[in-house]
Amino acid sequence: MDLRYSKEDLAFRDEVRAFLAEHLPEEISSAVRSGGELTKATMEDWHAILNTRGWLATIWPKEFGGPGWSPVQKHIFEEECCRAYAPRIVPFGLNMLGPVLIKFGSKEQQDHYLPRILDGTDWWCQGYSEPGAGSDLASLKTRAERDGDEWVINGQKTWTTLGQHADWIFCLCRTDPDVKQQAGISFILVDMATPGIEVRPIKLIEGGHEVNEVFFTDVRVPIGNLVGEENKGWTIAKFLLTHERTGIAGVGFSMQALEEVKAIARKTMRGGKPLIEDPLFAARIAQAEIDLEAMKITNLRMLFKAQEQGAPGPETSLLKIKGTVINQELKDLARRALGPAAAPFPGHVSEGNLMFGPADTEHNAGRYFNNRKTSIFGGSNEIQRNIVTKTMLEL
Amino acid sequence: MDFNLTEDRQMLADTLTRFLGEKYPVEHRIKVAYEAPYHDPALWDQLVELGVLYALAPEEAGGMGGSGFDISVVFEALGKALCPEPVLGALMSSRILAAAGADQEALLTGATKYAVGITEIDAPYELDQIATVATAKGDGFTLSGRKSTVYGGQVADVVLVAAKHGDGLAVFAVNVNDVNVTGYGMMDGGGAAEVLLDDTLATLVLADAAAALKDAVNAGIVALCAEAVGAMDVTHATTVDYLKQRKQFGIPIGKFQVLQHRAVDMLTEIEQARSITIKAAAELGGVDASRYASMAKNMIGRAARLVAEESIQMHGGIAMTWEYAVSHYAKRLIMLDAQLGDTDYHLSQVMKGYAA
Repeated sequence: MDLRYSKEDLAFRDEVRAFLAEHLPEEISSAVRSGGELTKATMEDWHAILNTRGWLATIWPKEFGGPGWSPVQKHIFEEECCRAYAPRIVPFGLNMLGPVLIKFGSKEQQDHYLPRILDGTDWWCQGYSEPGAGSDLASLKTRAERDGDEWVINGQKTWTTLGQHADWIFCLCRTDPDVKQQAGISFILVDMATPGIEVRPIKLIEGGHEVNEVFFTDVRVPIGNLVGEENKGWTIAKFLLTHERTGIAGVGFSMQALEEVKAIARKTMRGGKPLIEDPLFAARIAQAEIDLEAMKITNLRMLFKAQEQGAPGPETSLLKIKGTVINQELKDLARRALGPAAAPFPGHVSEGNLMFGPADTEHNAGRYFNNRKTSIFGGSNEIQRNIVTKTMLEL
Repeated sequence: MDFNLTEDRQMLADTLTRFLGEKYPVEHRIKVAYEAPYHDPALWDQLVELGVLYALAPEEAGGMGGSGFDISVVFEALGKALCPEPVLGALMSSRILAAAGADQEALLTGATKYAVGITEIDAPYELDQIATVATAKGDGFTLSGRKSTVYGGQVADVVLVAAKHGDGLAVFAVNVNDVNVTGYGMMDGGGAAEVLLDDTLATLVLADAAAALKDAVNAGIVALCAEAVGAMDVTHATTVDYLKQRKQFGIPIGKFQVLQHRAVDMLTEIEQARSITIKAAAELGGVDASRYASMAKNMIGRAARLVAEESIQMHGGIAMTWEYAVSHYAKRLIMLDAQLGDTDYHLSQVMKGYAA
């Protein structure tokens, strides 16, 4: 048993740290730190910086343009990016579609789409959930019917994250309605500029716009846009959902959040003293920090196992459940620490017009509410428990 | 023993609930609560005509109620409708004016809108940390300091400001025309203001005001707790309804036991919250009012968070949207913790009682 990184890993960490210190622009990291929504340009700029260094497609094999990192190296990279307040990689092209094309795509599809993901030509979004198919994804109804050399797609997708920026969408479509649900689904790539597609914004609880509804009316797509075999899309869907699970615990983001809570609690006053000296509040922080310390090791244990066995197992569901709960608790503590200073609607009172409480707290309550999504999306925590119940407990 | 409302209060509850149900549907509320002036002036006038403010003031002050149960009946109805009208400021101002023996006809008729300025950024919940200070000047006073999140301050005519005066606290009336008031909207809808006092002319309302301020805060806590109970009832009912309607895996999700039990746990906590609010309302004005107000606000803080977070989680994505009412109920339930003392502050108040 040795919890330390190897010499090579440490050298790699220093290399990443030095790169971030030199190449992560201050205006980008402060935008991340503020907690507000990032612009498309900011996300694209950061992708371009990473791509120049060859560090953008961190989970792709080397021959496709990935850096060829081990799971531990990927983990170190993510941790360092969080530490430096780098933007999250927009995952749809890089971490979702990329691995799918590498595993299931044709040579032509790989040659065409992968370079365009890397250089930012195509912004991808995900067409999975539907109004009637959330936790029960396999019940999806968006229909793709063959007509000569084309698919004709009709239906609706929802919760399409950053779909407002997207050039392309990868969709799960029903191509055979007469067989068992999972056996009649295909994975199809659709150009968002195709006639018949309409994107409508969904305004979220805190007022932000990050998800959309996407409507398909007689959308015609070339037959060649099918990935893998017809009616084998469910295999791809499952691969995509379970393939890349490093980072699912969100440890780096929780470390950011913990640091933020402590910073706020040092600045805000209660009873004439800094809040962090209040035993009740300090106890709340301490409990969350203990949970997080344990989660760091749980995360590394599962990473180590994945590295030894070659693939992550169903226990990654435990990382998702506990990781999201810890992060949500920390967001709650930050809002709680600010008290009334968290109450104004973002943008209403800020440094610009009136100093209100500690700086950089404008989006604090908004982040708390927005982050309730993390225990819902990507397979809700209830669905994760079902997975563990079936696969690990065999109940 | 009788846990029924008196006939008069039941009638008030029914009238108010019916009025808000008809005139203040949640879609309307969502529209007015986030746009300046962060409430609906026409509906405010109608609420005043209904006699809502009279119900909050005792007879000796010119009102027709003013007990803890009058307050809880009104605010439970407001909470059900998620009503962002500035009633809380009127209630707390009325308590202070009553303690001062001041005329409050202008408040009760709605001719003058009142807000209270107690909270400061470095003294969010504690009266003894207030830094705003009063200085005698000629026949009157001037105030210096800053009041934060003055609820209803964005539309107030008069702000009653708590300030240090000699060794104690006093309350002063400040006309909004004499002071720098910056109004804004809140995360959960409704409005408030920052009030910047800089040698601002003020009229003494009540010297030695510590007890009256404490009473106003206790009354405000009963109001917030009752508001939360009303909001939790609606949130829970909406969630249970959704569990019956929403189908996944071919059956209503309410058939899944894991969700059933959580809906029961929420109900249990709401009933507990209702009970402690009744207790705090019963004790309002008595010697133990502060202790029970603290107990109530602590329990409401815990229950409201549970109900808000679990309702969102059990709905799934739909309750994360602006369009769906539960998201707004959840925001109100969470954000009211930071009004008049949060969960931890009131826990510490109850703990302090053990030392005595």
